[in-house]
Amino acid sequence: MASIRLHNLRKTFGNVVAVHSLSLSIADGEFAALLGPSGCGKTTTMNMIAGLETPTAGDIFFGDKRVNDVPPDRRGVGFVFQNYAIFTHMTVAENIGFGLRVQRRPPDEIRREVHKVAELLDITHLLTTRAGKLSINDMQKVAIGRSMIMKPRIFLLDEPFSNLDASFRFYMRGELKRLQREIGQTMIYVTHDQVEAMSMADKIAVMDFGVLQQFGTPDEIYNTPANLFVANFIGSPSMNFVRCRYCQENGQGYLVQQEGPARLVLDARRRHLLAQRHRADDLVLGIRPEFIHASPTMSAAEPETAWPGRVVFLEPLGARTIVHVRVGADTLQVAAPADYRPALDAPQWLTLDPRFLHVFDAQSGLAIR
Amino acid sequence: MAHLQLNHITKRFGRIEAIKHLSLDIRNGEFFCLLGPPGAGKTTLLRLIAGLERPDEGDIYIDSVRVNDVFPGDRDVAIVFQNLALYPHKTVYENIAFPLRERKIAPAEIEQRVRAAAKLLHIEQLLARKPARLSGGERQRVAIGRALVRRPRAYLMDEPLANLDARLRLEMRVELKHLQKDLGQTFLYVTNDQIEALSMADRMAVLNKGVLQQCDEPDVIYRLPANRFVATIVGSPPMNFLPCTLAVANGTLTVRHEHFVYRPADESGLRAALAGRSAADGRVWLGVRPEDIGVYEAAPTNEAMLAEVVVLEPLGQETIVDLRLGREIIKARVPPTRRLHEHQTVWITFDPAKLHLFDAVTDTRLYTSTREQPLVGGRKTL
Repeated sequence: MASIRLHNLRKTFGNVVAVHSLSLSIADGEFAALLGPSGCGKTTTMNMIAGLETPTAGDIFFGDKRVNDVPPDRRGVGFVFQNYAIFTHMTVAENIGFGLRVQRRPPDEIRREVHKVAELLDITHLLTTRAGKLSINDMQKVAIGRSMIMKPRIFLLDEPFSNLDASFRFYMRGELKRLQREIGQTMIYVTHDQVEAMSMADKIAVMDFGVLQQFGTPDEIYNTPANLFVANFIGSPSMNFVRCRYCQENGQGYLVQQEGPARLVLDARRRHLLAQRHRADDLVLGIRPEFIHASPTMSAAEPETAWPGRVVFLEPLGARTIVHVRVGADTLQVAAPADYRPALDAPQWLTLDPRFLHVFDAQSGLAIR
Repeated sequence: MAHLQLNHITKRFGRIEAIKHLSLDIRNGEFFCLLGPPGAGKTTLLRLIAGLERPDEGDIYIDSVRVNDVFPGDRDVAIVFQNLALYPHKTVYENIAFPLRERKIAPAEIEQRVRAAAKLLHIEQLLARKPARLSGGERQRVAIGRALVRRPRAYLMDEPLANLDARLRLEMRVELKHLQKDLGQTFLYVTNDQIEALSMADRMAVLNKGVLQQCDEPDVIYRLPANRFVATIVGSPPMNFLPCTLAVANGTLTVRHEHFVYRPADESGLRAALAGRSAADGRVWLGVRPEDIGVYEAAPTNEAMLAEVVVLEPLGQETIVDLRLGREIIKARVPPTRRLHEHQTVWITFDPAKLHLFDAVTDTRLYTSTREQPLVGGRKTL
């Protein structure tokens, strides 16, 4: 087991900067996710941690030891890739025990360890099965087991579930998290799927174009995104964004929609924050679909906060319905109960929960808080 | 526009039956999704309709005309594949224009159709670029544009979003649905992603191992799944299943689990469903969706059961809780504001109005509760 520290890590391929001066610390026993769209540098970062790529600049520490010059096989890292390599002609037990056999460990020890790992992965009933006969799902479990038995200090997983079917992915998410808790190993999980990162990781590093956008707990990333990229990338359906400007009237502060009729009264703290700003005429209001309430009638209580719109689209998702409502030139997605099914083009009144409002600078994309 | 009909289709590859006696009726102007895991036969079905494969048995009709013997090129349907084959050396414009040039359509007409398609797909500004300089989503749009300019009677789409990032898939989903509504054409859309099917389809069919499991509106598929397979493939996380036995006590039919007893409200309905079924030995699965499980820190009612929190999966807008109920692990959906922790003991309830029973032998759904009828808690310990 080991903590990992990346210090100003940089990697270029020719003229392309794949990773830009990346610094972050992952504590011993922590489950960290590297999350971002394809080409964001997450796999390159993982390859540098593993020793498969040499950093152009910067340092990698495992615990207190700088490992830049340590070859991959001596770093004590275990891998699981999307395309797992298992020996189809061997049994599951032989596959899992392979690494220990190469190390010429005594047969009883190998048998004992294989059994322990198989139990953790819930595949003891498959130990004598030839790996070639396994389902894709079980093959991936064997691949994890093969890596796990070596007790690496650090476990690296690169989108290991992306070939698996949806219901098994669901099951494995819970399983992997439970497994990581039980073995207590430092784990780095690379994915482009925000749901995987959110559900499993203790900490998430969100990357885009080789630049670290935010590093924090799932709760921080979801509820206090540092910028528009993170706000947009996390959450499904994504956060709604409305271009606004700030204005003051009768001692009140408002966000006023740039292309439409909507306005929103701000609380004292936000008003203060925005009134001080040099440039407050190009802002982006952000609010997640679950914090908007849609109703066919205007709430009498606070007419000023309700936004008038029309239904342009419905997405029934089983457990809830996503209602797309056009307000002025913007379309907002509202997470409504499963049985809420307004007609297309029906008028709607939207009420935004001001406690969950985000404001961003439209130019820099940075959150204002 | 096209009405697609499949009558008792069987397709074999060697000794493997990829499609088994399958009948489907896809209406004119419908967004129809085929949902199934890899190997279910979805792509084969699509290729049969396109004419790329011939059925061993059964007939295919497009607009009431039998097309079994019609060449693919004369069927007037367009396919959009998962692995988009764009010509790397041609511009976006030329890629889209290609099928029209092949058909020797007049240049002025080509120009007009390409521009119209590009406008609809929001790629007008990309027409002069080469595919290498496009993002994944842009390439997907070009591939769709190439189908669009042909003005086919129906669009067959084979997991067109599968290679895109999760984020982009989300955006393209909404866009494709809008596109289909704008065009008013028949879309047959193949996917293994239940969210895509539920959110886009007017109607959908669930396929497994070449056999049609259910065909209906997404709402019905979600609320009244025909069997355990369908109940598992739609909904995320999937429905939970608990092994139970049917028992008759004092003339009343009850469903018994190690931890609770459930009395179906519509007992006569269940009895009717059971008549002549193999569930005679009384083994059934009780199915409950994650959103229909209540999780409490204190016992809310006498009927609540004790469970242990094993793992928490925070998703932002909700948290998935893995709960150990006796020997089983079940998943529940709770609001993100709930402060639960791992290894905590909690009380759980099932919404009695939304429970399902499935035959343990055939996996067919026997019964779905519609009215309130409480679960009677049995043992209150783990």
